[in-house]
Amino acid sequence: MVKKNKEHKLGEEKRKFNPVFDTLVYAILIGVLLITILPVMYVVAVSLTPYTEIARNQGIVLFPKDITFEAYEVIFGKKDFWNGMKITIEVTVFGTIANLIVTTLFAYPLSRKGLPGKSFITKLVMFTMIFSAGTIPTYLVVKGTGLLNTMGAYIVPGLVGVSNLIIMKAFFENLPEDIFDAARIDGCGEFKVLTHIVLPMSVPIMLTIGMYYMVSHWNTYMAAVLYVTDQDLQPMQVILRRLLESSTAEVSVDVVVPTETMRMAAVCFATLPIVVVYPFIQKYFVKGTLAGAVKG
Amino acid sequence: MSVASITPKKSSWGKCKKALFKWWPLYLMMLPGLVYLIVYKYVPMAGTIIAFKNYRVKVGIWGSPWADPWYKHFMDFFKSPANVQIIKNTITLSIGKLLIGLIPSLIFALAISECRNKPFVRVVQTVSYLPHFLSWVVIYGISQTMLSMNTGVVNRFLVSIGLESIPFLSSNDVIQGTLIGTDLWKGLGWGSITFLAAIIGIDKELYDAAEVDGCGRFRRIWHITLPCIRRIFIVLLVLKLGTVLDAGFNQVYVFMNERVNRSAEIIDTWVYTRGIGKMNYSLSTAVGLMKSVIASVLVIGTNKLARKWDSAIW
Repeated sequence: MVKKNKEHKLGEEKRKFNPVFDTLVYAILIGVLLITILPVMYVVAVSLTPYTEIARNQGIVLFPKDITFEAYEVIFGKKDFWNGMKITIEVTVFGTIANLIVTTLFAYPLSRKGLPGKSFITKLVMFTMIFSAGTIPTYLVVKGTGLLNTMGAYIVPGLVGVSNLIIMKAFFENLPEDIFDAARIDGCGEFKVLTHIVLPMSVPIMLTIGMYYMVSHWNTYMAAVLYVTDQDLQPMQVILRRLLESSTAEVSVDVVVPTETMRMAAVCFATLPIVVVYPFIQKYFVKGTLAGAVKG
Repeated sequence: MSVASITPKKSSWGKCKKALFKWWPLYLMMLPGLVYLIVYKYVPMAGTIIAFKNYRVKVGIWGSPWADPWYKHFMDFFKSPANVQIIKNTITLSIGKLLIGLIPSLIFALAISECRNKPFVRVVQTVSYLPHFLSWVVIYGISQTMLSMNTGVVNRFLVSIGLESIPFLSSNDVIQGTLIGTDLWKGLGWGSITFLAAIIGIDKELYDAAEVDGCGRFRRIWHITLPCIRRIFIVLLVLKLGTVLDAGFNQVYVFMNERVNRSAEIIDTWVYTRGIGKMNYSLSTAVGLMKSVIASVLVIGTNKLARKWDSAIW
């Protein structure tokens, strides 16, 4: 509904043209566009520019004439980077699946009318948004449950994102009540209602929340810093951070590829999956996020 | 359905049994989430008790002696003037991010809602939301190429027009600005979504009426759009004030190095280095607990305040 309104609004423009106003509007939009995209473009350009061209232009190249994948080849040749990638992909795949299953199973009952104890459990959930135990006690529990230095440390401590849970619950609450009654008359059990009726109607919200979870796993960094000291289990972001800080000599043994080119190649490679997935899901998540924001 | 939900008055155990019998599939569904919530959210809350003890791993929580006096660890934190600086840093950073973040997002949302070129708006929106999804490590990498002292694009530009280069990433004097600036870059587009939702919700007839009255587009923004979203702006501002002690652990941790420690260290990073790095569990738990308690008082207080302007936050 929100979306329709917006299209209506943007579509019906027959307003008076005001040169100052419209120039300002375009200036702001183009300004934001450039501020966002130029650094990203520059990073991509640096990662692809051969050393000779950088030297010739004193460093600043936005559209390199020749491109080279040398830096990427060096990155691909790095064992720790591959290993980090492998860890991150595993965490992202299994973590997102686990997140979505547990969050859906939690949100659905909380959205059903008349469930005894519902409001108490909802309060229990909400309270964790107001008060958190803090880093150290959580660390001690993670340690106590034997998750330190395991893949579980990346997945279990953040199994349910409370704000995601609330957005999903709000979405389920807004589904028409009739479908539940109809399903019940047909003799569907609650599990079947969830899998056969609710889920097919929840594709946008699942994609939105799935994307949120996915991105947070892909960007996993703090969990590694807090809970994992095992070098073989470090995710890609940690390896990347190390690469960004390490001295020149450590980064490129190969003198042909300059340090900065290497680093930016790693940055690009680490971001690529997000940039690829993002446009496909974007239309859903804006809808989902708007709905979440409105219901707040 | 409605018949079954009106359960006759019974003893509470009988009620429980009946509810369980009728609703067990739903309770079963919730079980994993509930167990998670209790183990990883509520058990740690109980664990904050070590803030009042001299916790030693070997003897465990129950075996560790009580701190003497009970507020010993809290006092210890404030004894050091360096720690007062940390609180200052935390508040400066979060207030800075809050003040400098909201206005540009609002202006951006206004521009989006006023632009007639729909495909162009789509492109701008798509691009502007992207940084929200980048990790702080990646943004740190981008900042290096853009802002570093010798090779950064911005500094090269400054030098080329005859100014001095600015050590954005490596000086105590400017690191807070850098942190606020990069946070703005990351959140500008994403932050506009809430405002956009509010603007879209404004009754169209108000604009039509204003147009009939001969209002120009600037005046329509001033007299209709801004007053209509004033509430949501204040609500957002107030709600964010509630999290004033969260200055962004992840970001600061990624951007921090020895050269900027003094200005960049915040409560969360301090708790981390003291607690997990130096295994000073009781002291760091005490500081974390203090932060959590203040934060929850602020969140509840600011929510009450926000509710004065707007009902239903939660």
